[in-house]
Amino acid sequence: MKLHRITALITRHLYLYRRSLPRLMEIFYWPFLDLVVWGFITVYLTRFQGQLPGVITFFLGALILWDVLFRSQQGITISFLEEIWARNLMNLFASPLKPSEFLAATMAMSVFKVTAVSCVMIVCALLFYSYNVFVIGLWLLPFVLNLIVAGWIIGVLTTSLIMRFGQEAEVLAWGMVFLFQPISCVFYPMDVLPGWLKALAWANPAAHVFEGMRGVLNHAVPPLTNLAWATGLNLFYLVVMIAWFHHTFNVCKERGLLVRVGE
Amino acid sequence: MPPIVQVRNLTKQFGDFTAVDGISFDIRQGEILGLLGPNGAGKTTTIQMLLGLITPTAGSIRMFGLDLTTHREEILQQVNFSSTYISMPFSLTVEENLRVVARLYGLANVERRIDDVVKKLEMDSFRGKLTRRLSSGQMTRLTLAKAILTEPKILFLDEPTASLDPDIAHKTRGLLREIRAATGLTMLYTSHNMREMEEMSDRIIFLQRGKIVAEGTAEEIVTRFGQSDLEEVFLKLAREQEQFSGKGR
Repeated sequence: MKLHRITALITRHLYLYRRSLPRLMEIFYWPFLDLVVWGFITVYLTRFQGQLPGVITFFLGALILWDVLFRSQQGITISFLEEIWARNLMNLFASPLKPSEFLAATMAMSVFKVTAVSCVMIVCALLFYSYNVFVIGLWLLPFVLNLIVAGWIIGVLTTSLIMRFGQEAEVLAWGMVFLFQPISCVFYPMDVLPGWLKALAWANPAAHVFEGMRGVLNHAVPPLTNLAWATGLNLFYLVVMIAWFHHTFNVCKERGLLVRVGE
Repeated sequence: MPPIVQVRNLTKQFGDFTAVDGISFDIRQGEILGLLGPNGAGKTTTIQMLLGLITPTAGSIRMFGLDLTTHREEILQQVNFSSTYISMPFSLTVEENLRVVARLYGLANVERRIDDVVKKLEMDSFRGKLTRRLSSGQMTRLTLAKAILTEPKILFLDEPTASLDPDIAHKTRGLLREIRAATGLTMLYTSHNMREMEEMSDRIIFLQRGKIVAEGTAEEIVTRFGQSDLEEVFLKLAREQEQFSGKGR
């Protein structure tokens, strides 16, 4: 891997973000709107504080962490879509750029996006609802890292599907992550799921992160098991997804789809 | 000296359709090879295979004596292309796009190179303009600028002057010949402008239905087909291909 090729792609996206209002809205406006809507729901639910202890911490914390996963996935997929929209894929892949370098650049963009969105949400939650996400403590760091990787996995899967099936699959860039939301147990514990869905949730690294976060907030035992499952599953899926991306890339080159993907 | 590009039995099939059918050719260093043929003859597919964007069904491509499948990175570092059919990121200015390309290829002296290419292609008046606001002629110049910015040893040009006005097109051809004279640049050139092909190409390959049907200088090809000029040869072959496609339906 050559660093200059990765930074070239990052520079290209940063130039774009610098002057594109819709892209800035993606970082500032939509997460803010999410927070406002869910914030008011949470404020309403606090009236039943007796029945639902720690409701603010659960909901707002879960919302911020869900956004980490969502923006991490978007960072990968939207970066790929930007190249399709700009009809720039040919320029990139007719250069010495390797698919692995392309993926590395999109992953870096994903981290940039997550960082920017998280800053916005953390500050807004503190200002508007006096909610400090850092009450989760040091556990927050490994959980967030796991969510970023889980977002990459869904992002690489979505990107591969768009590359393979073209523009008609573009809608997956916004919808795919929500397929995983019910089994990510973001706002409810895994226990409430029916047996077969619980099995699926166990195979989902994000579900272990959210379970672990609830464990920390309930001051239960340190969620080492959840963290181990999340990390193990993430590493396994990440390797599988990167291999799948390379396979799809080769299939697209074989079938001439790479040069037609934006048409 | 061995040829800088060696193509052997290159074939590309998409399902039942054969886009390129076992073609072989060489390009010598510093040579401008014209690739001619009607739409659907396989010119663009051939260029895309040479750029590693499409995997051939059979055959081999060697550049600088290296196999493209095993030495993609080393080869593409020294190769570039320009086409009327590509674009560049719209929300970046001309200069920003060139900076990104420079970084992608790991170039040194970026400022000097950009200044140089902007001057050569007379792009000073729009170097700070957003790419989405460029006219089609300016866009063509930008894609050409990104191609020569990297100072490649081989340049693939797919109708590079198609949307340029005659004055800029003439200057561009002059510039390409100038670069060739100064650096020994090798070019593979496609165009539907027969006069341009005659003017630019040292040698021409005529493709029809994915096969090479003629190879030689423009004069040799005209003589072989018994026509008055290259345009007549083109029309004859294009109409034959049209008839063949009609029968196939």
